[in-house]
Amino acid sequence: MRRVKKILNDPAKVVEETLEGMNLAGDGATRLLPGNIIVADREKTDKPALLIGGGSGHEPMFAGYVGPGLADGAVCGQVFAAPSPDAIVAATKAVDCGKGVLYVYGNYSGDNMNFDIGAELADEDENIATRTVRVRDDVAAAPVERMDDRRGIAGDFFVIKVAGAASEAVDTLEELHRIAAKAEANTRSIGIAVSAGSIPETGEPTFELGEDEIEIGMGAHGEPGAKRQKLAPADEIVDQMMDLLLADLPFKKGDEVALLINNLGSSTPMELFVANRRVRARLADAGITVHRTEVGPFITSQEMAGYSITLMRLDDELKGYLDAPASSLAYSN
Amino acid sequence: MTTELDVAGVRGMFVAACDAMLENIELLTHADQAIGDGDHGVGMKRGFAAALAFLNENEPANVGEIFKGVGGAIMSASGGASGAIFGTFFRAGNKSIGDAVMLDGAGFAAFLKAGLEAVEKRGGAAPGGKTMIDALDPAATAASGAGEDLEAVLAAAAAAAKDGVEATKSMIATTGKARTLGERSLGHPDPGAISLSIVLDAMAKAAAGADAATA
Repeated sequence: MRRVKKILNDPAKVVEETLEGMNLAGDGATRLLPGNIIVADREKTDKPALLIGGGSGHEPMFAGYVGPGLADGAVCGQVFAAPSPDAIVAATKAVDCGKGVLYVYGNYSGDNMNFDIGAELADEDENIATRTVRVRDDVAAAPVERMDDRRGIAGDFFVIKVAGAASEAVDTLEELHRIAAKAEANTRSIGIAVSAGSIPETGEPTFELGEDEIEIGMGAHGEPGAKRQKLAPADEIVDQMMDLLLADLPFKKGDEVALLINNLGSSTPMELFVANRRVRARLADAGITVHRTEVGPFITSQEMAGYSITLMRLDDELKGYLDAPASSLAYSN
Repeated sequence: MTTELDVAGVRGMFVAACDAMLENIELLTHADQAIGDGDHGVGMKRGFAAALAFLNENEPANVGEIFKGVGGAIMSASGGASGAIFGTFFRAGNKSIGDAVMLDGAGFAAFLKAGLEAVEKRGGAAPGGKTMIDALDPAATAASGAGEDLEAVLAAAAAAAKDGVEATKSMIATTGKARTLGERSLGHPDPGAISLSIVLDAMAKAAAGADAATA
């Protein structure tokens, strides 16, 4: 198999070196703790805390979204692998302000198991209460009747943004959990892949696509998606994606949404903006209003080419938290 | 026949299992690339290297400490689904075997049963879902019917696990990152099942070798 060209030192240390660099890029806004944990460097206030995390290799997710109005900390695993329970417990202790910790992460079996073990240990050994919201926004991963089989992809960002703003405003972990769960329940995404990403430690692409092939429903880890087909003009591809996306929640006439077009890694910004005009045309046709638009790399999959489209249906409460101030390495508002 | 092993013997059995896993990393990577995201090999490499370091750097007082230390090392160092699963699996041995200073076949069979229950509870997967459970479930069943002789129990468990790996080729993944593949996962064995088979095979050979060494 071909080896992928990357400018790295020891691939086994790539996560540690990435986080060291991200922490330094924050110019003092964050601190790096043992166990691949990044926390906001700020005085603890009396609030329920937000801890996010998952496998590395998706930068700027998760460590890039740590700061005021976003997550209090991120616990990062190896590339495409969930963090271990002991790292999750250490991060939980680091961010807890005495009012408990909400975990927000993508719905993958590895993350679910490790965060669940971490939650049990936090409760038994540290007496810290936790609640969990698993993001399940990928409509291609399973039919709507099996939401728990759906993966978390770019929708992670909207849920983290809302939960981060809410964690500054609400008083209890229960209330924070309610708001984050509402954000999650109203978020849907669909992805398209043009070429594969690779894991630095193996140096090999995680799959192969033919010269003229694309794959709808690709996950953020480069695991194969649901349907492989021939490359087609952008508007046709976006139409296929929007058909699946709009029908799923379903999004309806009169809805107000936040829109995120996420670069999976190595697609050009041009392709994302080309897609955005067709997305907007389809939303206008459907009578759906866009309150906010984000276009860019929010959760990547190494050098995977392709993008995803995410919609979050808004009400006044979600809109308020989405519009609230935030400051972090990868996103500020 | 090796009917039972002392703490040093069990430690040797685990060292052999770690060595065998570390020799097969590339095989595991390629198996996972076929139906998953390709990280099973590197995850197992981190985990079993950490387990080997634990075994080399510690003097466990009883058999349970070995299971706990190996499971803990894998859970901490591997991360991912495989770290949680294999860590949970080995740690179950600490609970079932505890402070015993000898491990016989019945003890190992009890560990496999406890490990299977713990893994099913943690991961929510059941037999037939194309996971390591499809090697572990038949191995635990074979072990429980193989008597009290450790060498015989390990041989039966290893053979059943190997057959279990073959059986996963005709299963459609219903859990983990492979589940979205549906029928495209057909024809490929499950990487986690392969790992369990490698571990049991190495342990069986180590127990047989221990017998040869003392004979």
